[in-house]
Amino acid sequence: MIPGPFSYHRPATLADAVKLLSTLGDEARPLAGGHSLVPMLKLRLATPEHLVDLHGIDGLKGILPDGNNIVIGAMTTQHELLASDDIKKSLPILQEAALLIADPQVRYRGTIGGNVANGDPGNDMPALMMTLGASYRLEGPTGRRSIAASEFCQGAYLTPREPGEILTAISIPLPAAGHGYAYEKLKRKVGDYATAAAAVVLTMSGGKVASCAIGLTNLHETPLLAADAAKAVIGTSLDAATLKKAAAAAEAIMSPAADARGPVEYRKHVGGIMVTRALQRAASRAK
Amino acid sequence: MAKTHVTMKVNGAEVEGLVEPRTLLVHFLRENLSLTGTHIGCETTHCGACTVDLDGMSVKSCTVFAVQAQGSEVLTIEGIANADGSLSALQEGFRMMHGLQCGFCTPGMIVRAQRLLKENPSPTEEEIRMGISGNICRCTGYQNIVRAIQYAADKINGVEFKEAAE
Repeated sequence: MIPGPFSYHRPATLADAVKLLSTLGDEARPLAGGHSLVPMLKLRLATPEHLVDLHGIDGLKGILPDGNNIVIGAMTTQHELLASDDIKKSLPILQEAALLIADPQVRYRGTIGGNVANGDPGNDMPALMMTLGASYRLEGPTGRRSIAASEFCQGAYLTPREPGEILTAISIPLPAAGHGYAYEKLKRKVGDYATAAAAVVLTMSGGKVASCAIGLTNLHETPLLAADAAKAVIGTSLDAATLKKAAAAAEAIMSPAADARGPVEYRKHVGGIMVTRALQRAASRAK
Repeated sequence: MAKTHVTMKVNGAEVEGLVEPRTLLVHFLRENLSLTGTHIGCETTHCGACTVDLDGMSVKSCTVFAVQAQGSEVLTIEGIANADGSLSALQEGFRMMHGLQCGFCTPGMIVRAQRLLKENPSPTEEEIRMGISGNICRCTGYQNIVRAIQYAADKINGVEFKEAAE
């Protein structure tokens, strides 16, 4: 399988990349790790005339603590997230999720920016970023702007990113010290997208849940925040009845596609189980 | 489509060639350089048969363009043997432990395992299995591949290889 012909550009600065993408318009695609785009090119499901490779731009990589946030450059790879002591210390849920993405070879190339910017409902990072209250920094011909992760995914592969814009970094507020976390992902095999997955970040106080956020992956055409399910567990010790209520509240907002991963009923059912398990494991980790 | 001139270091030797931007690294290796040890399996980034080492990372060379490897260092199965031509510890391990049957996945397995052992010289069985989870083998059931990598790790670490009890 060989992609259709295209011109290859490798700008050295962000300004040059923005200029190229805005001049070339819809005929150009930015290329990050390429592990979503290149397979699409080979299948000729995407046939852009120009690829703008972002690998030549130094400023797009790196993990920088910034006050109460951690700022991760868009071209930071999943492998680099897994190797980072800063991430291990402050945002261990990122490492738990990154390890469940694809396989080692793909993680050496796949980037966190590409994972969120593509708008693929199967990708794991978007729901996690919503759970963490992250925001995305975009740079385009008219300047910079910041968009909350929760407002970024508007439909499958549909995001507010304009053709000339590049998602340059992700800013994640540091979760509270002693927070509990878990990313539970059911998949058929290594490398598969989630049949259902749930992210939980919570804090406990006196044996009861003090705050909680729950995100859902691949259970709708966009990642979801399960706000009612999160509300249902506040002030509880996550007893069996509460867990059942939370799972039901999460299932109520799921509308997965019926595909090779199973019929709708099955995917919602296991989605509820992922929520339950993630809540329990997050609580067991909270201090 | 105009061709682009690329240069890179493959198995220690400077190489160059003219490629279309859409030329995949695996095609450049196999067709321009006649290094056919790197196999094309699924062509869809799943199977890992085309795994090579690119600047210290295991990558699937069917999902990287040759132009992206401009100026890089690439290691393929042809560059794995010891300098004197004898089998490397990993190659010896695959031979001694019968880590292959049809052999199609073997180049990718060995190049991947080489990077794994560089990053983690004494991996547990679980770490080996996760480490090669991007490489599919349809013959062995992986048992002997895991043993082959354990054999190589022990040999590199200078300890005697003992097979775990079944």
